[in-house]
Amino acid sequence: MEKTQKKIKIKVEKINLFYGTSHALGDINADIYENSITAVIGPSGCGKSTFLRLFNRMNDLIPGVTINGRILLNGENIYAKDTYVVELRKKVGMVFQKPNIFPMSIRDNVIIGPKHHGTKKKQDLDIIVERSLRQAALWDDFKDNLFKPGLSLSPGEQQRLCIARALAVEPEIILFDESCSALDPESTMRIEDLMSELSKKYTIIIVTHNMEQAARVSHMSAFFMIDDDKIGRLVEYRPTGDMFANPKDKRTEDYITGRYG
Amino acid sequence: MKPMKPSARTSEYLAKGMIWAAAMSVMIVLVAIIVYILIKGLPVLNFSFLTQNPYNMGRSGGIASTIVGTLYITLVAILIAVPFGIGTAFYLAEYTRENIITRIIRFSAESLAGIPSIIYGLFGFIFFVIYLGMGWSILAGGLTLAFMVLPTIIRTSEEAIRAVPQIYREASYSLGATKWQTIIKTVFPSAIQGIVNGIILSVGRCIAETAAVIFTAGSVLSMPFSLFDSTRTMAVHFYILASEGVSMENAYGTAALLIILIFVVNVGVNLLVSRFINKNQKR
Repeated sequence: MEKTQKKIKIKVEKINLFYGTSHALGDINADIYENSITAVIGPSGCGKSTFLRLFNRMNDLIPGVTINGRILLNGENIYAKDTYVVELRKKVGMVFQKPNIFPMSIRDNVIIGPKHHGTKKKQDLDIIVERSLRQAALWDDFKDNLFKPGLSLSPGEQQRLCIARALAVEPEIILFDESCSALDPESTMRIEDLMSELSKKYTIIIVTHNMEQAARVSHMSAFFMIDDDKIGRLVEYRPTGDMFANPKDKRTEDYITGRYG
Repeated sequence: MKPMKPSARTSEYLAKGMIWAAAMSVMIVLVAIIVYILIKGLPVLNFSFLTQNPYNMGRSGGIASTIVGTLYITLVAILIAVPFGIGTAFYLAEYTRENIITRIIRFSAESLAGIPSIIYGLFGFIFFVIYLGMGWSILAGGLTLAFMVLPTIIRTSEEAIRAVPQIYREASYSLGATKWQTIIKTVFPSAIQGIVNGIILSVGRCIAETAAVIFTAGSVLSMPFSLFDSTRTMAVHFYILASEGVSMENAYGTAALLIILIFVVNVGVNLLVSRFINKNQKR
């Protein structure tokens, strides 16, 4: 993997997150680089997904969550009081664990985001549909079938449709929350290829259980684990190649060699 | 594979038999009721029965004015109950966490759902007819029925809204949709089938209601022209014809038409909804 000397896109500064009284993430600091893929790895329950959902403030939807600290996106704190979460989520797209396309046609799934944000004209929407589906490698297969129900697609295609739907809003960052865990190996490969392709234009953060996947696609890796007080900690955060070749922390080594989790 | 023990096999057959018998008995009873009423009533139904007003207290003539009265009152009730009911359901399901207010609303709705309809009639009589001075009228009857079906609409809608998978909401929010956009474009279309089922159920109850309507809309037989006219619905007409021995023949005719009307509403609305859903899938 190439070593990165890239611009910092997101700065995570001393983030602490609580679900009610339980301390889920403790003192997380990290820089996320632009146009790179950052993999978040670690055993179940270490706070990986919670960490990922910090960036589009999806944790806000859960009752009783408190978050302290700052996350600077393009230098602006997204946890500032005057942040308009809707605007933030336009910039930070997300692809979920299970394909969660809406029970509508392929085309309607792609244009629902742009329509929310005020694009109404058919010609404009047509351009968005073609661009997004091309980016998600779906255009050639479905350009004549845009009105087919999205749910009739295979799971792998559905997940790529979710990517197209996220891309249609023209985000700067895309979050993947274990987006391949429900897919067969071939669909997984196609999505990994897409991630690599998309990382030229977008900043990508993925959560994955799959060590090989992290090694294959990511430039940077962040290893999370809970400490003795059950607080999720960022144990090690380095370029993926370095970290997998010589993990500095004993816990990282145990995890990536399969002795833990 | 080892064969099942005889006792296990026997109980298996027995259970299957009992379940089958239960389902069949219910079906037979339902079909018998419907067939009986249709056999008695269908011969009475003809063009003049449907288009003429009743004469001589309903002994002769048709039931045109009661058909109009029924549709009018039902329309008023549904037009009032649906927006308030669905609004309340969305409030309960999407806009609040469990707190004292939601518990009061839910408790009231549940209690109201169990109250006999004649109590609604009494309330409607005292409040709308006397206190607000509406008199016996379609408006008073419609408002009373709206109150009566409100709990049904709230409960079925809330359940339908809660049944929409959370991952749809997350997907919508992740695209930068506002809460309102998420509700209108994502949650509502997914919940519509359940919401409509509640509305159909309510329409049926409005059409078939007697006690609450006698008290609030009266039982005048002439053709109603405005919201403030008193009227007699088909169900009330049937009740009076039968209980006062005016004309059993015409009573059965009215009952048959009631059944047909409810059937048509069910099928018609379901067709409309499936067309709406298909259109959403396609366009």
